[in-house]
Amino acid sequence: MSKQINVALVGNPNTGKTSVFNNLTGLNQKVGNYPGITVEKKEAVVKLSRNLKAHILDLPGTYSLNATSLDENVVIELLLNKNDKDYPDVVVVVSDVENLKRNLLLFTQIKDLGLPTILAINMADRMDRKGIQLDVGLLEKRLKTKVNLISARKNKGFTELRQSIMDHQKLSVNPCLEASKIDKEYFESLKKAYPKQDLYKLWLVITQDVNFGKTNRNRITSQNGFKPKSDSEIKRLQQKETIKRYQFINETLKETLTKDLALAKGLRASIDRLLIHKFWGYVIFLAILFLIFQTIYDWSTYPMDFIDESFLAMSEYVKDVFPLGMLSDLISEGIIPGIGGIVIFVPQIAFLFLFISILEETGYMSRVVFLMDRIMRKFGMSGKSIVPLVSGTACAIPAVMAARNIESWKERLVTILVVPFTTCSARLPVYLIIIGLVIPDERWLGVFNYQGITLMLLYLLGFVTAIGSGWLASKMLKIEFKSYFVVEMPDYKMPIFKNVFYTVIEKTKSFVFGAGKIILAISIVLWVLASYGPTDDFDNAESIVTASLDVTELSQEEINTEISSYKLKNSYIGYAGRAIEPAVIPLGYDWKIGIAIISSFAAREVFVGTLATIYSVENDDEQTIKSRLAAETNPVLGGPLFTFASGISLLLFYAFAMQCMSTLAIVRKETGTWKWPMIQLFGMSGFAYVVALIAFQILK
Amino acid sequence: MLTIASLKKGQRAIIGEMTSQDIPLKLLEMGCLPGNHVELIQIAPFKDPLYLNINDTFLSIRRETAKLIHIELIPDE
Repeated sequence: MSKQINVALVGNPNTGKTSVFNNLTGLNQKVGNYPGITVEKKEAVVKLSRNLKAHILDLPGTYSLNATSLDENVVIELLLNKNDKDYPDVVVVVSDVENLKRNLLLFTQIKDLGLPTILAINMADRMDRKGIQLDVGLLEKRLKTKVNLISARKNKGFTELRQSIMDHQKLSVNPCLEASKIDKEYFESLKKAYPKQDLYKLWLVITQDVNFGKTNRNRITSQNGFKPKSDSEIKRLQQKETIKRYQFINETLKETLTKDLALAKGLRASIDRLLIHKFWGYVIFLAILFLIFQTIYDWSTYPMDFIDESFLAMSEYVKDVFPLGMLSDLISEGIIPGIGGIVIFVPQIAFLFLFISILEETGYMSRVVFLMDRIMRKFGMSGKSIVPLVSGTACAIPAVMAARNIESWKERLVTILVVPFTTCSARLPVYLIIIGLVIPDERWLGVFNYQGITLMLLYLLGFVTAIGSGWLASKMLKIEFKSYFVVEMPDYKMPIFKNVFYTVIEKTKSFVFGAGKIILAISIVLWVLASYGPTDDFDNAESIVTASLDVTELSQEEINTEISSYKLKNSYIGYAGRAIEPAVIPLGYDWKIGIAIISSFAAREVFVGTLATIYSVENDDEQTIKSRLAAETNPVLGGPLFTFASGISLLLFYAFAMQCMSTLAIVRKETGTWKWPMIQLFGMSGFAYVVALIAFQILK
Repeated sequence: MLTIASLKKGQRAIIGEMTSQDIPLKLLEMGCLPGNHVELIQIAPFKDPLYLNINDTFLSIRRETAKLIHIELIPDE
């Protein structure tokens, strides 16, 4: 059997670490989460030689081993824990040739842990253009390790890098410099107190200052003559350590690296002048956003229609082929539409992530963060909150996860709390059908379509509410926090197709499997609740309906629809809907809409499907549902059920209510408690109820 | 006392002693250390944050942090 070693890829953000990972591993990578937390874990097993396999783990980007975010915490936790099954046999530090100085800080820290550490210098193909010369031999000697020049973009140097990984046992594990030099006395007493421990590891455990929810760390206490230092003394020592490391790095690079400054000037300045201009910067950002939404909704319709039709056909096929019965019903009416309800959103989500990952890859996202920080801070968030808020228009789940790199806990929490207000794609089917019913398909001033304007206003409303509630939440939350805001402004780069492709696949997969499980489960539960009833009325629906109707005048299909409608009314879900009717009548709805609202508390997009079932429409074709809905009458007020007033009330309800179990689950995971998702659930839905009530009462 | 916050666009300076406990360690790790050069490249609209080149690392920090970092101006080159 061949041997397998653990390889950990570490590096600063923006060094191309992900492309190095992609180049080393290809398509056999697996994406998951670290146990207990939702930080992404990318890994792959690759064959290095006939009898050696490497398990390669891509760790989150970090500037140092001093964790200030959950992502960075993962790195240090793995490197300090020898018992972890992923504990590396060799670490590859990926660095960028232009930022070697800064990248080496992390390298020297990891080297001090006594691990074999390879330095892979990426973007080596740019050296000539940037006027950089590097004495690799001397650098290896100074850093006591193997140095590999690579280019992920041009796929160069990887054979050598693989060879270095194979030869990792030959590497020196001696540190580059010893942290203990910064305070001899202190470190000696620490050594005395914990003679069996590695000194630098002890120091790291002492210094971790994680400003990130709750982290339980075993504080090293006074014993055997060791006196802990105060926080401010420790901070001073950390500063001293950093200065010491930079001294070593500066000396090393002075001997090994030469840079022709005249050649070093890049495109940066001229592009920046435009992209972060105080006026044009915002215009460009808005234009890009507009373009993104425009193309998402435009391009997505084709694959979405195709998916819709395919699932419908599949359902029909099952009904035709399988013998009639419960199982066939469950598959054709529960499971297939359930899966279809998830898959239909794949195109929109994939397109959104395509754009977002391109914007990230090019370096533009950092400029947006820079432009927006001041504005977002007014609302209790950070410039970095812009990324979650924009992602929220696809789906709140990845958006909540994108808040992870906001350093301050309070700004991060506020962002997570308000993200579900942004208009996610699951609201779209609900909006489209109601707008189609109550807003006239006419033009205002002959140009702007009223339906289009309404849709745009709903998006705007979501964003404004998110921002406004951010302001409110930051006023109400009493959380002491350190306001960190240090954002690297990377060089502009052409995006690498491979990276964009993998990101899109990854995020889409995590949506389908994350949200998908819940939506599917709900569809099945709904099907059960709609397929059984507590009384005989349900079981004898067929004879009751046929007796009451003039059978001769109706086609068999019409009779069947009447029967299923009657069944639904007398099913468990029908009873539940009628039970809550008094609560929804003031909002302008009847018990049927009540059912649809209850069932869509799990996921909004269930609304349309439920209406289709309730109104016993044979398929959930939009036009058919619409014409059926338009014929409904209001049980209390009389007249049509869907009026301008009840339609607006329903739109507003769906704009604000927290109707997504998957989001609640992810918020629970990210914040570590049920407190925040419960606040979202009751706060948002309560607000939605009140707003919908007011709107209907005023407009009716 | 001059701080990074008092720089004008395009002006360069040398970072002085760093005494405040409120300067995030991360900033030091990015190369913001005594003796290193700092250049103010751009100020965001509404005067905050600041876009700096510190020791060939390009980064942006908020004005409140910039006010904590003392500098010495480099005489006209």
